[in-house]
Amino acid sequence: MKIIIAGDGKVGLALTRQLSMEGHEITAIDSNQQVLESKLQQYDVMSIRGNCATMATLREADVEEAELLIAATSADEINLLCCLTARKMNPNLHTIARVRSPEYLEQMIRMREEYGLSLTVNPELASAQEAYRLLQFPGFLKRETFAKGRVEIVELRVQAGGILENQPLSKLPGVLGCKVLVCTVLRGGQVIIPSGGDVLQKDDHIYVTAPTEVLANLLKKLGIAPKKTRHATLVGGGRLSFYLAQRLLNAGVQVKIIEQDPARCRVLAQNLPKAAIVQADGSSQEVLDSEGIAFTDALVTLTGLDELNVITSMYATTCNVPQIVTKVNRMESTGLLENLDVGSVISPKELCCANIAQYVRAMQNQTGAAITLHRIAGGQVEALEFRVDKDTRFIGQPLKDISLKSSLLIACITRVGRTIIPDGSSHLEPGDTVIVVNGRSSPILQLNDIFA
Amino acid sequence: MNVKIVGRIIGALLLLEAAFMVPPALLCLYDGDTNAAVCFAAAVVVGCLFGGLLLLWARQGQTLFYAQEGFVATGLSWIVMSLVGALPFWFSRAIPSFVDALFEIVSGFTTTGASILSNVEALPRGLLLWRSFSHWLGGMGMLVFLLAVVPIARRGTGANIHLMRAESPGPSVGKLTPKLQGTALILYSMYMLLTVLDVVFLLLGGMPLFDALCTAFGTAGTGGFGIKNDSIAGYSPYLQTVTTVFMLLFGVNFSLYFLLLLRRFKGFFLDEELRLYLGVTFGAIALITFDIRGLFASIGEALHHAAFQVASVITTTGFSTLDFDQWPDLSKGILLVLMCLGACAGSTGGGLKMARVLLLLKGFRRNLRQTLNPRRVQLMRVNGQTIGEDVLDNTNAYLVAYCALVVGSFLLVSFDGFSILTNLSAVIACFNNIGPGFDAVGAAQNYGLYSDFSKLVLTLDMLLGRLEIYPILALFSRHTWNRKL
Repeated sequence: MKIIIAGDGKVGLALTRQLSMEGHEITAIDSNQQVLESKLQQYDVMSIRGNCATMATLREADVEEAELLIAATSADEINLLCCLTARKMNPNLHTIARVRSPEYLEQMIRMREEYGLSLTVNPELASAQEAYRLLQFPGFLKRETFAKGRVEIVELRVQAGGILENQPLSKLPGVLGCKVLVCTVLRGGQVIIPSGGDVLQKDDHIYVTAPTEVLANLLKKLGIAPKKTRHATLVGGGRLSFYLAQRLLNAGVQVKIIEQDPARCRVLAQNLPKAAIVQADGSSQEVLDSEGIAFTDALVTLTGLDELNVITSMYATTCNVPQIVTKVNRMESTGLLENLDVGSVISPKELCCANIAQYVRAMQNQTGAAITLHRIAGGQVEALEFRVDKDTRFIGQPLKDISLKSSLLIACITRVGRTIIPDGSSHLEPGDTVIVVNGRSSPILQLNDIFA
Repeated sequence: MNVKIVGRIIGALLLLEAAFMVPPALLCLYDGDTNAAVCFAAAVVVGCLFGGLLLLWARQGQTLFYAQEGFVATGLSWIVMSLVGALPFWFSRAIPSFVDALFEIVSGFTTTGASILSNVEALPRGLLLWRSFSHWLGGMGMLVFLLAVVPIARRGTGANIHLMRAESPGPSVGKLTPKLQGTALILYSMYMLLTVLDVVFLLLGGMPLFDALCTAFGTAGTGGFGIKNDSIAGYSPYLQTVTTVFMLLFGVNFSLYFLLLLRRFKGFFLDEELRLYLGVTFGAIALITFDIRGLFASIGEALHHAAFQVASVITTTGFSTLDFDQWPDLSKGILLVLMCLGACAGSTGGGLKMARVLLLLKGFRRNLRQTLNPRRVQLMRVNGQTIGEDVLDNTNAYLVAYCALVVGSFLLVSFDGFSILTNLSAVIACFNNIGPGFDAVGAAQNYGLYSDFSKLVLTLDMLLGRLEIYPILALFSRHTWNRKL
């Protein structure tokens, strides 16, 4: 498929990498020559220098022949204008615009209709929702929701001396007293798509599929008492921080935001009357101590610098803050973070890419495409949600008789609102939705691809 | 400074004032008091003459109009207006001294209601009407009226807002409609509507038409000139209650009534200034009722008089149903404090204004918190809107100027040798446009005892208080009159 990516910042680059690996023809537009040159060397893509909102540049990018345009420059207005212009030149074009400003949030749906946008993405908003869901259930490192919120994949860490250590997976439901399935194990940076015989080791990160209603129970069994978050400290006052603070305040959580820029502080104070805004350097220990880090229920580090966020979160761990969330934008796949005590990790860039990648796959493949796509284990594993229809192979046969490709797993089946954690005797029926965990490097485009 | 445009405004204003003097003159004729009618006619002629000459002189001039012109035009026009307005009293020998006549009419225009007359009932009805009508004119401001009917500056230049800003009470003036003329028209329409309502309610209570008109004018402008020696005391409790309610209504910011017209009820009832105003009012009523319960036969009667007096003082009207100088010191103390607080900004009331009190309190609270927690970013909000630092600075500066002028006037007035309470309450009552003070200038007394010098000081205080200091001070500034500075 011919795809134009306008704006090659962090998200643009990640998309370029991802989509070109999936075999698409990518044309990248950026106004900065240097960015383009460094990219040309890295990936097999075509690049054009210019203003992506002008017809001349778009014509050069061959917009008439393209199927999809993704506008992800740093300015919302340019993204919108770029999509509008491109749609006028090619009415069949699908357009995706990144719109990040909170000011445009209210009119997002109307803009989408009016401007003929196929999708708008707001990485900070999505991340804020993610962070908020994490703070709702302190104890999980990550939560991904499937099947309209009925099923989740949560990330846990195997504690030394805990009940999970040295436990074979087949015995887990008995030990935990509820039906859950470990679908991925991350051990020392290596992904394992496990089978029943695998044994858990300490410091493994495990990804567990479970119905949403057993989550609280699961936490109790693991000895992690879910304490409700009543007070949250956010370090850094960017857009993500603003969205998150809004959600927390609406849920009755007290919020303190520490931000260094006085002008930004004023904007925050203006728009979040109920939040306490502190103008100080949030990475300084003295500031954190005097702002009561020892008493807060949750610390979320959201500055623009990954290093600062990581260091601050590590310091918070030493202060025994119950719940810590760290935002990173570049370090997520380096494998460094797994062994650091930085709590949950969220990455706006990754969320955004997953969202767009999912759209691209659905476009490619109108029937049988994934309903949702989440990336887990630092982006190394995909969890995809598919609907079973009458064209799906092996309907009605027990799973133990079906051979799947290697490094694949059916993690969950939802049938008429009921969640089934599958075992060998489970089977598929038309109308089911299934969650497939894919540890392979090649993408799964439709459900039938999983069968060997 | 563009002197000619100022001259043109004052000229137009004098003609307008002359026109407003015609109805009282006709009333004198109707009553058969030809002497008073002739005096009014003479005043009308003087007003028309000077107004006409000024307009003739200024007919060809630039229309440049900026903040300075706005302040000077406002300050000067109020002084000139008062000089001409005092003429009927002086010509008719009803008030033989010109200083006294000036005091009386300035007290009228500034809606103070302080009088030097010991026997009000002896005045001809035409003069009484003119006295009360001056409250009504001064309450909303004659310049605002002028803006509503005549476009003074060239159309669409936005110059008129300078006039409105200078004349309207309160820390900030907002437009209700894009065109200032529309805003002025709306304000005056609401003002008239409320006045008519007041008159109707008073007539329903059996008050004679003349009394009802004069009382309503005094209430609407929150002035307080009575046409009886005992102010409102002689009327029935129903009429007193009607007056209580309407005094409080006229103490509310008129922009809020506009919200009601637009059916934005939430904005009206959640307004912080209104809440503070009502809170202070009801708190004071409760305290005073408790304090004076022993003086009356029933608690209901105590409540009735407490409510009337609190409404009268907080809206800076100055009517009285009895001599509250006889009340216990707690009640008098509360009333003295209420005198300084005043009504809402954008109402016809005087005083410091609730909006300023609110800002000062919030500013204080903010600074206190900032001291305890220096890193916190704290914005001040009123009604959800962030208040700029400049507004707070202006309010603080205003408070300083206000205190300095009150203290200075107090010292000057003290030369006459009356008691401290008399002098202090006289200055406070005049500066805040209330009227009666305590002790020798109490509700049952008058200001006739002061020397001419003190009367002039108090006259100036009334103007300073009504125009919120700057327009009058601008007249005394070197920078205003020297083109080079």
